Amino acid sequence: MSEPLLSVRDLVVEFPTRRGTLRALDRVSFDIAEGEVLGMVGESGAGKSITGSAIIGLIDRPGRIAGGEIRLRGERIDNIPEDRMRSIRGRRIGMVFQDPLTSLNPLYTVAEQLIETIRTHLGLSEREARERAVALLDQVGIPAARRRIDDYPHHFSGGMRQRVVIALALAAEPELVIADEPTTALDVSVQAQIIDVLRDICADRGAAVMLITHDMGVIAETADRVAVLYAGRVAEIGPVRDVIQAAEHPYTAGLMGSIPTLTQTAERLTQIPGAMPRLDAIPQGCAFNPRCPQVMPRCRTERPDLLARGQGRQVACWLHAREGVGDV
Amino acid sequence: MTAFILRRLVQSVLVMLVVALISFALFRFVGDPVASLMGQEATAADRDALRARLGLDQPFWMQFIDYIGRVLRGDFGISYRLQQPVAELILQRLPATLELALVSGIAAFVLGVALGVYTALNRRGWLSNAIMTVSLIGVSLPTFLIGVLLIWVFAVELQWLPSFGRGEVVQIGGWRTGFLTESGRVALILPAITLGLYQLTLIMRLVRAEMLEVLRTDYIKFARARGLSNRAIHFGHALKNTLVPVITITGLQLGSIIAFAIITETVFQWPGVGAFFINAVRFVDVPVMAAYLMLIALIFVVINLIVDLLYYVVDPRLRVDRGAARH
Ligand SMILES: Nc1ncnc2c1ncn2[C@@H]1O[C@H](COP(=O)(O)OP(=O)(O)OP(=O)(O)O)[C@@H](O)[C@H]1O
Ligand SMILES: [Mg+2]
Repeated sequence: MSEPLLSVRDLVVEFPTRRGTLRALDRVSFDIAEGEVLGMVGESGAGKSITGSAIIGLIDRPGRIAGGEIRLRGERIDNIPEDRMRSIRGRRIGMVFQDPLTSLNPLYTVAEQLIETIRTHLGLSEREARERAVALLDQVGIPAARRRIDDYPHHFSGGMRQRVVIALALAAEPELVIADEPTTALDVSVQAQIIDVLRDICADRGAAVMLITHDMGVIAETADRVAVLYAGRVAEIGPVRDVIQAAEHPYTAGLMGSIPTLTQTAERLTQIPGAMPRLDAIPQGCAFNPRCPQVMPRCRTERPDLLARGQGRQVACWLHAREGVGDV
Repeated sequence: MTAFILRRLVQSVLVMLVVALISFALFRFVGDPVASLMGQEATAADRDALRARLGLDQPFWMQFIDYIGRVLRGDFGISYRLQQPVAELILQRLPATLELALVSGIAAFVLGVALGVYTALNRRGWLSNAIMTVSLIGVSLPTFLIGVLLIWVFAVELQWLPSFGRGEVVQIGGWRTGFLTESGRVALILPAITLGLYQLTLIMRLVRAEMLEVLRTDYIKFARARGLSNRAIHFGHALKNTLVPVITITGLQLGSIIAFAIITETVFQWPGVGAFFINAVRFVDVPVMAAYLMLIALIFVVINLIVDLLYYVVDPRLRVDRGAARH
């Protein structure tokens, strides 16, 4: 594989609190290839959103990147000055947030927000930016875009608003779009449409997508590869089909053991007894060991590294370590 | 939109009617107007004659309707003390109060918003902390004390600024302004600070709290994620949203600035309606008191109306939609 578009290596994100430092991400590593859709799943609190925020350099204070590196086309972007990062946000990495009802500024028209974004990154005139904005709205499937563009966000329904948000995220042709649960706030009937719009428009432009979701069904339909996060660590990464059919990490297996429908969410799917540990109580060794049906003594003391397993698969589990107990 | 304005207008008229009733009751039942007008040595016959002439022998409601009729024509009766039409007396003094209130109101708003935004954006800076601490004093000190302190420092000790009066004024039509002379402008400074300080701190704290709230919203995060400049985010997206709730409070503050001018005007012997009202109270000059009550109510009602309309202009969500959310 040639150089990945995005490469995250051993990323550590910490939140200093009065009662010690919380590690929200602990040595997270993954790549996203050009034009690829990487799904990211995990229970609530696993660190999916923090990963997205870290990539775009917008972790809420006092959280901070405490280790590792993030590279965009080989260039470090995790430690660059704010003004350089600003020229990457929106321009090279776009972001779609969960709730379209709150993502748009209620006091500005859709046109104003689009034109402002376009003109911030591309040296276009007001009129050219407006033309581009209309075209964008058209592409994300807003009917009568030219007429609707001067409406305020509250004139649009939830699904239409999320289309506007997608148009905004893509306004300056980013190479990577991070979509953080882009459909959870929407009606079930609208969710599939939005995912389609997102996938198609990104495919059209060759933009890669990091798709964060609870919904394994969406991942199965949309993503090329999937990364499974657990307690701030990557449990497993691999091509979607392989991971779904033959999960290697017991946690993934538990998650996948129950993909039944498109609409169910991960929380309800989780058939694994117990709950993910809180950040201040992550057990020694493998974070999953207290819930793992196949736990071994070693799992309680040593943390397994994320190891390559061939065919683009990686897993962090002692069951699959080369010197592990040979039941691979 | 028109329905909205109409509704608000009707409400305003109702409020004014209630105030008129109160002020009329005051007029009618506090003290005996006949006694106030005639003094001790008048005969009973004289009193009855005056009573009839003033319409005081009519039933209450007739008198009230009569009163409203007169008020609408701008007739608020004759001041007991000065024996001149109340309306005239108030109109002479209104410019002084309005100029003072306007200057302190604008200063309070501009400085309040500026400092509020500054302290919100530089939350942990030492200057912000200093401003916030000083502002606590502004909120907690009573107005007259601030006035007296200012007089003591700037008029008595440093002798930079005058401690009382309006300075020289210029008559323009019916308006007597202090803006056009050096001494008039200088005389405004201390009273304006005294009157506006409380509102300034209030607006500042409100803007700060509101701005911090707005900076945490999703749409600000999304604006950052789109790579917009800090300037655009802070002074475009965030400030505009901050001002929506601030407008209401600020508008109402302007009303209370005019009402609170009573204290400041008394401390600085400012020849406005507030000081005039205090004098009227001292001499139980009921017509003046009643008229002042109506005036303050009118100012509040008008400001309220303007604030509502402004709200409407600023926040598109309140405007009459072409249908609700559409698909
Ligand atoms: N500002 C913060 N201060 C302290 N801890 C935080 C903060 N923001 C996030 N965290 C912690 O970081 C962990 C990961 O949060 P994150 O939002 O990434 O989870 P998530 O996987 O996106 O969950 P969800 O599916 O609920 O969105 C959580 O345990 C959360 O408590
Ligand atoms: Mg999240």
